[in-house]
Amino acid sequence: MSVKKFIRERFFPHIWCQGCGHGIVLNAMLRALSALGISKNEIVVVSGIGCSARISGYVDFHTLHTLHGRALAFATGVKMSLPGLNVIVPMGDGDALAIGGNHFIHAARRNIDMTAIVMNNRIYGMTGGQFSPLTGYGMKATTAPYKNIDHDFDIAELSRAAGASYVARTTTYHVQQLTEMIKEAILHDGFSVVEVLSQCPTNFGRRNKMGGAVEMMESYKSLTTPIGSKAKQENPALIERGVFVQRELPEYCSEYNAIIEKLKKGTEK
Amino acid sequence: MAKFTYKAHDIQQEWCKGCGICVHFCPKKVLELNEKNKVFVAHPDKCIACRMCEFRCPDLAIEVIVEKNNDP
Repeated sequence: MSVKKFIRERFFPHIWCQGCGHGIVLNAMLRALSALGISKNEIVVVSGIGCSARISGYVDFHTLHTLHGRALAFATGVKMSLPGLNVIVPMGDGDALAIGGNHFIHAARRNIDMTAIVMNNRIYGMTGGQFSPLTGYGMKATTAPYKNIDHDFDIAELSRAAGASYVARTTTYHVQQLTEMIKEAILHDGFSVVEVLSQCPTNFGRRNKMGGAVEMMESYKSLTTPIGSKAKQENPALIERGVFVQRELPEYCSEYNAIIEKLKKGTEK
Repeated sequence: MAKFTYKAHDIQQEWCKGCGICVHFCPKKVLELNEKNKVFVAHPDKCIACRMCEFRCPDLAIEVIVEKNNDP
C-alpha cells in the first residue's frame, strides 16, 4: 500500500529536518486515509503556521494554509458551508494551544465534526527554538537558557474539559496505534483531538541533551504507558497513551441544520 | 506461516535524510546507512516483511513490496 498517491511528489524531499517526527505523523495520516478509502475530493486539510503546518502543502487533497493559530477558525468555516467534507487540522503545540488556544477550546466546546491532530514537539521549531506552552518546567529553550519556569498543559485533560468528544494520545514511536487513532478520530462524529508526541531533534532534543531522533523515539517507548496500566500506579511520572474520551454529543453542523429545517417549516405554514 | 512474504524494498534514496530511525528500529537489522548516509538494504534475506521501516520513515522514502500469502 503506497501512500504516494496522496502526496504532491514535486515538493519532496520535504523541508523537515533529519529525523523530524512530523514526517512520521504525515506518514501515519496518509495510511489512515488510505485505509478508510475516502475520496481525495472529500478531504480538506487546513493548517496554520509552523513546521507542522507545512503538512498541508505536501498532501494532495483540498488544502488551506492559513494564519498562525487560526486553522480551526478557517476549518469551521469550511465545515459549516459543506458539512459533508472530512476536515483534518494538523497543528503544532504552539499553533494549537498558544496562538490558537481560544480557537482550540471553542471548537472543542462546539463539538464541530473535525479532526485536530496536535503534533506536540514541545518547542517552536521553525523560528529557532523558543519555548511553547508544552515545553514544560525545567526544560531549556533559546528563550529559556536558564531553564523554563512555566508549567505545561495536559492536552488530553484540556480537551476533555473544553468538551471534545474524542481525545487520544500516542507517540511517533507507536505508529500503528497512531494510524488507528487517526482513523477513529476521522470516523468519529464530533470534535476529535489526537495528540502525538513528536520529536524535534534539532531544537528541542539537542538543547536538552536528549540525543537524536532515534534516542528521542526510544524515550517515548520508556516514558509512556497505556492508560490505567499498573506501571502508571507505580510511577506517576509516566505519560499515559490511549483513548481518553470517546462520547456521543450533539454535533454542531447537524444542530445548526436542524434549526434551519425547523425554521423552513415554520415559514411554509 | 507469516501473512506476507518479502519481495523487495523500494527506497527513494534522494528523499532519505539518513536519520537512522529505520536502521535502529528494524527488528532484524536488515537496513544500514551507506557512506553517503543514505539507507540501503544490507541483508534482504533477514527481512520478515513487518514493514515497520516503511511506517516509521519520516521522509516517506521506504516502501516494502510484499506478497500476500494465501491461507493454507
